[in-house]
Amino acid sequence: MRTVIFRTTAPYLTSLMVLFSIFVLLRGHNEPGGGFIGGLIAASAFAIYGIACGVPPVRRALVFHPMSIAGTGLFIGASSGIISLFSGVPFFTGLWIYPTIFGVEIALSTPLVFDIGVYLVVLGTIASIALGLEERERL
Amino acid sequence: MNAAIDGTFIAILAPFFAAALAPFVVRMLGHNGSWLLALVPAGIFVHFLGYIDQTVGGAGIASVWDWWPGMGWPLSYLIDGLSLMFALLISGIGTFIILYSGGYMKGHPQLGRFLSFMFLFMGAMQGLIISDNLVTVFIFWELTSITSFLLIGFNTTKEKSRRAALQALVVTGGGGLSLLAGIILVQLVAGTSDLSTLLTQPGLLQTSPYYMPILLLFLGGAFTKSAQFPLHFWLPNAMEAPTPVSAYLHSATMVKAGVYLLMRIQPIMGDTLAWSIILPIFGGTTLIVGTLLAVRQTDLKLMLAYTTVASLGLLVMLTGTSNEIAIQGAVLYLLAHSLFKGALFMVAGLIDHGTGTRDVTKLGGLAKAMPITFGAAAFAALSMAGLPPFIGFVAKEELYLGIWGTEPPFLALTITAVIGNALMLVIGFAVAFKPFLGAKVETPKAAHEGPLLMLAGPVVLSVCGLASAIFLHWTSVHLVGPMASSVAGKVLTPALHLFPTAIKANLILSLITVALGLVLFFRLALLRGIMDRVLRTIGWGPDLGFDQFMNGTVLAAHRVTRLVQPGQMNMYMKVAFAMTAAAILLPLILLDELPNWPEMPDMRFYEWGVMAIAVIGLAAVLNAKNRLTAIVALGIQGFAVALIFMLFGAPDLSFTQFMVETLSVVILALVMTRLSLYQDDHRSPVRTVVDGTLALAVGGGFFLLLLAVVQQPFNAELSDFFREHSVAIAHGRNIVNVILVDFRGVDTLGEIAVVAIAGLAILALIRVRPKTRPKAQPISDNSNVGVVASAKTSPAQETTQ
Repeated sequence: MRTVIFRTTAPYLTSLMVLFSIFVLLRGHNEPGGGFIGGLIAASAFAIYGIACGVPPVRRALVFHPMSIAGTGLFIGASSGIISLFSGVPFFTGLWIYPTIFGVEIALSTPLVFDIGVYLVVLGTIASIALGLEERERL
Repeated sequence: MNAAIDGTFIAILAPFFAAALAPFVVRMLGHNGSWLLALVPAGIFVHFLGYIDQTVGGAGIASVWDWWPGMGWPLSYLIDGLSLMFALLISGIGTFIILYSGGYMKGHPQLGRFLSFMFLFMGAMQGLIISDNLVTVFIFWELTSITSFLLIGFNTTKEKSRRAALQALVVTGGGGLSLLAGIILVQLVAGTSDLSTLLTQPGLLQTSPYYMPILLLFLGGAFTKSAQFPLHFWLPNAMEAPTPVSAYLHSATMVKAGVYLLMRIQPIMGDTLAWSIILPIFGGTTLIVGTLLAVRQTDLKLMLAYTTVASLGLLVMLTGTSNEIAIQGAVLYLLAHSLFKGALFMVAGLIDHGTGTRDVTKLGGLAKAMPITFGAAAFAALSMAGLPPFIGFVAKEELYLGIWGTEPPFLALTITAVIGNALMLVIGFAVAFKPFLGAKVETPKAAHEGPLLMLAGPVVLSVCGLASAIFLHWTSVHLVGPMASSVAGKVLTPALHLFPTAIKANLILSLITVALGLVLFFRLALLRGIMDRVLRTIGWGPDLGFDQFMNGTVLAAHRVTRLVQPGQMNMYMKVAFAMTAAAILLPLILLDELPNWPEMPDMRFYEWGVMAIAVIGLAAVLNAKNRLTAIVALGIQGFAVALIFMLFGAPDLSFTQFMVETLSVVILALVMTRLSLYQDDHRSPVRTVVDGTLALAVGGGFFLLLLAVVQQPFNAELSDFFREHSVAIAHGRNIVNVILVDFRGVDTLGEIAVVAIAGLAILALIRVRPKTRPKAQPISDNSNVGVVASAKTSPAQETTQ
């Protein structure tokens, strides 16, 4: 499958897909999308990169082991529920703030933090499975 | 009772935050970071000091923080004399242990991780003794087992420490399960698992028909944690851990959790025939066995470890008498023991650090090189030996007074206690004086004094052993009285004297103990030889038994696995699908709930088109000559389903379905290439019929089930709720996403945890390699499709939620 065309286009395709996955993640609260689907898109992006250029470059690009990314996601997800405890409301109550950054009002919330956690878990888990399967020579 | 978070809850959580920060502090400040980190337990100590005046007179302060309403797991605390004493010991000794760790592990690359584990343990232990709810007690109880496992096995490269860690986890974790069963029974009998409520109903559990099982289950937890004979063996083995761990977990705090539990339940489960038989027998046996085994050892840490076992036995024995004076003795002894044993362990570490050996026969004349260490060791050993004017003496006087002349078996208890205490004196002196006095012996390293970080702990703890005796009035009013009151279940005001006021039986017993101890001390070498020979003759011990037990368990598990999992993937899938079909179809047929055949809906041409794609995909799967084609064709079918979702207004679902289908095809194809299966998928006619029947049964079953579900009247309550509140209270227009991350966020949290764990399991499966790898030999049937099936279903299940 490692044709020249595929190898040349794969990095661009991957970056576009990762960008798109973040877009899907962030719009999720109001439009179709969200952390789960975003994570799947990002994972397939890395899977494609792996098929095209081999697994080692993907692992270098990811810096962390995909399973650590999943673990971090789980931690972020659980932490987002704990944040609300410090405001004196029950565990996992959604909290919202609307800071104005560069003149634009942005809605930040603990559900968004949680969704980012979901995104990282799905990304990390699927990517580690896909990369593990692609890595046939080493094992 | 207040409902909000207060300072004590912050104190409960503080060690966990410190655990998260410790690696970063160490990275920035090196081993001196422990000065900074020690402020956390020090702060907690100061916080709990504020409660001292409130618990005088046996009062308890309880508070609930319902952090997760509806779940029924409020975080609640109960501070009375008992938990306050433990809280002060844990945070007070913890402060010095953190300092000591900084000095002991100086330059160790994993110091940050080590301190992190220590703080995790501190938080778990503190939560255990302060929780009001028994379920929370259990959670913290198991957390102490897990952190203890991590700390014992800290030297992961040493096989002995790995074995010791596993052993401690199996023994104490198993005991924890027994405790859990006991807690569930208590909940069923009493209707509550809040200690503060249970303590107001003495007699309720004792008279219940379930008293015996409850007691035995609780004892199962307490005896394993507090290393009672014959389950004591894990504690000496745990000495493989770095010395700060031994000093903190395995002498001053964690092993006392079992004693804490017994003292805590004494008012509600104690003072019965079973209680006063079982506890003294196990405790007394442990006391004698522990001291005798200690005599045999020459390693300083192991000598101390066995005396810890013995001391725990003494405490259990005293608690078992349910006698007020004996309980006061136990409380005093617990305080004294934590102080002197913590100090002595740190001294052992200092000697090891300063000379390079811990073998008592290879040490001597260190007093000149290590004067401060010697001073601390001497103070601690005098307290351990029960000599005035140390707290150990007061404790021993009180406990002799308690067991002398009470119930008929007192003579046996007294003799046990005297022998045990005499041997304790022998070991105390052997640890604290032998290495320092006498002729100087060459040691692997030139003997030198330890750094301030390491000296602070033993010096302060051993001086506390003296100070608490000198200011005995304060100690007895503010610490011993309240704690003894909690244990006895009624207000006690102990009358303690540092110096005996009259010649009573307890003073004579003390004199006998000291005399016996000194005689034995000067015959230590002889005694050691005898013990050595005796144990060699016996040849078998519980430690060996543990190995036999573990091997037996593994063998049995292996046989069962071979029986139910013969390794035929084909067979597993057949059984799984047959069961699925049966589970769906049988209730529908037997309960006569088969759906009516629906009318043909009026479909648009493009809907027909999508259906046609699905059917074409299906035909392609069935006709595929080769496996890869079949997988891709299955993808066509999946895309058609995604299109249907799209047409009927579920863009999120359809979006996810597209991605899941794509990834499934990719992953299945990857698995195919790895498995080196035969390219074509040839099946015999018989197999085709069997497989086809199964496929039709499962598919048809789902079809009928869905039809039946759709024909039920639709309850719109939930949909209306979500539609109404999605924007109003959750600020989101995408209802699916709002449900996932907000309304049902906790469910999703559970699901992503499952996804991550499933991922770990799959990763492990991918990496498994058979020992003798059949090279380039194709496997003839669909083995290992299960890997893919689980990879595929776990995310898919998430979306269909």
